[in-house]
Amino acid sequence: MKALKEIKSQFVPLPMENIDTDQIIPARFLKSTTRDGFGKNLFRDWRYNNNDETNPKPDFALNQSQYKGEILVAGKNFGCGSSREHAAWALQDYGFNAVVSSFFADIFKNNALNNGVLPVTVSDAFLQEIFEQNNTCLLTINVEAQTIKINTTGSTAHFDINLYKKTCLLNGFDDIDFLISRKELIAEFEKKN
Amino acid sequence: MGKTLFDKIWDNHVVETIDNGPSVLYIDRHFIHEVTSPQAFKGIEERGVELFRPKQTIATADHNVPTLNQHLPIKDELSRMQVEQLINNCAKHGVELYGLGHPYQGIVHVIGPELGITQPGMTIVCGDSHTSTHGAFGAIAFGIGTSEVEMVFASQSVLQTKPKTMRINIEGALQKGVVAKDIILYIIAKISASGATGYFVEYAGSTIRSLSMEARMTICNMSIEMGARGGMIAPDDTCFDYIKGRAFAPKGEAWNDAINQWTQLYSDADAIFDAEINIDANAIEPMITYGTNPGLGIAINGFIPVVETIVDEGERNNIIKALKYMGLESGASLLGMPVQHIFIGSCTNSRIEDLREVAALVKGKKKNSAVQVMIVPGSQQVAKQVNAEGLDLIFAEAGFQIRQAGCSACLGMNEDKIPNGEYCISTSNRNFEGRQGAGARTLLASPLTAAAAAITGVVTDIRSLI
Repeated sequence: MKALKEIKSQFVPLPMENIDTDQIIPARFLKSTTRDGFGKNLFRDWRYNNNDETNPKPDFALNQSQYKGEILVAGKNFGCGSSREHAAWALQDYGFNAVVSSFFADIFKNNALNNGVLPVTVSDAFLQEIFEQNNTCLLTINVEAQTIKINTTGSTAHFDINLYKKTCLLNGFDDIDFLISRKELIAEFEKKN
Repeated sequence: MGKTLFDKIWDNHVVETIDNGPSVLYIDRHFIHEVTSPQAFKGIEERGVELFRPKQTIATADHNVPTLNQHLPIKDELSRMQVEQLINNCAKHGVELYGLGHPYQGIVHVIGPELGITQPGMTIVCGDSHTSTHGAFGAIAFGIGTSEVEMVFASQSVLQTKPKTMRINIEGALQKGVVAKDIILYIIAKISASGATGYFVEYAGSTIRSLSMEARMTICNMSIEMGARGGMIAPDDTCFDYIKGRAFAPKGEAWNDAINQWTQLYSDADAIFDAEINIDANAIEPMITYGTNPGLGIAINGFIPVVETIVDEGERNNIIKALKYMGLESGASLLGMPVQHIFIGSCTNSRIEDLREVAALVKGKKKNSAVQVMIVPGSQQVAKQVNAEGLDLIFAEAGFQIRQAGCSACLGMNEDKIPNGEYCISTSNRNFEGRQGAGARTLLASPLTAAAAAITGVVTDIRSLI
């Protein structure tokens, strides 16, 4: 996993609630056995009419050239539904390194963190403030300080992340390396139980 | 202070807790399937590590398999490759596979319990959010992502932050025609699709204790649809009777030891939950969803909310968007609305008891000519039992199509899909946009409500037929 320290970028707004992982990446695109290439099908059925890549839906933010950047900003309960990690892979492959919302579904949050995509939880009011900015506004997310700033207004919010996960993100460590380092301890636990 | 059922099992499985971080949680049973495991196998191979405890992982093929002609090669090339990769990975890494053609094959959350692999007091994970199903046996069972599947491969553990606990008490007798699916759809409608996010739920109360294991599995299965990490029910004699004698259940002396341990698995009387909800079972009516998340459900004889009266702007916009997708009107009743498809199956409602309920209702009747009805047993064993009991004849007589075991039309991944714009009353768990196929419109309901609509061709109050 690559290290993530700071993101300074424009954002793509998706002000809908309960965006489920079936929308992020529909099941029919889960047939691949690798982690690559899911970005082209990100939000597939919201992006294109009749599943046709040559027929984009003009009112969807990903199809509007004024919206770009590494940060997706979405309504509450983002990532609910299926546990498919392909949702995190699709967001990352498309170019998103952070998702900002006022509420994340649990499994998605873990999946995102395990891939170095940062879920940033902010208040409903702060989320609204971001949605009210125009498309050229930059957001700055600082992992060390656990802050997100709206650059145009200077308005800043703190976000929670546990110390262990923060260390992982800042250094690009992953949980699997950590658990492999604990195998002896786990084997001892097995003997005792 | 007493401990909750969840705390007892959790504490028994914590290897280590990281300061200001998650715990290393030991996993007793790990189920895998073809869709969320290949990248994890590849991951451990790239790291050069072996599966730490391959005997504790059990595999099946369910999500991406056809439900007709399973003896023939899978037609879709990508699907065939994915299923073949599971076969190769399991052979290479020493994992038991109940693949296509095996008498134990079926939906992962149907086969674990029916084989007696799922047992009280265990920690159980699978790369599938409906792993919460296994909680019906008094286990901590939850869905994980593929990175976590890789963690279990590498260490038989996952890193987890301890969730908060919620107890949902359901007391009283159910009305005629109301079944487990209605209970869980009612709860989700009441607390919303995110109402239990961050919590692990224990279902308790006299209503729950009166339910069969199949019914309890239906309830625990949909815990994730209100955002819960998982759902569980304290094991009792109903649970022990279900497990006894199954293929992988403890036998002889080991059975007695197991019972001694399992009977300790309950929330102490003075245990404190972070949240508690009380439900009056008698207030629950047959339920149906009208929207595009499982929280958007109403009593079958109720009305879709009038959007103008919804105060919260986000919620109002949600429902407007959902109604547009579903082609439904604000304030309308669904009763009498024609549907084109009935899907009876999925890890929520494809067990023998579900199919018996359906058969009892449709016996001697014929389906409406305007609907297509698919019955998809959850496993090979369920299918075998259907035939043994002669239910297949009842379904054939009614004009229902019986298919082979798999996730089928629940998720719009394999060949079984609902066409764009058409309505399906489905016994599955999700009504998200496109879930059953691009543009498909899903109405979630119980097997009884689905069967009633199969006969009439329209959304029907089951109570008018019994």
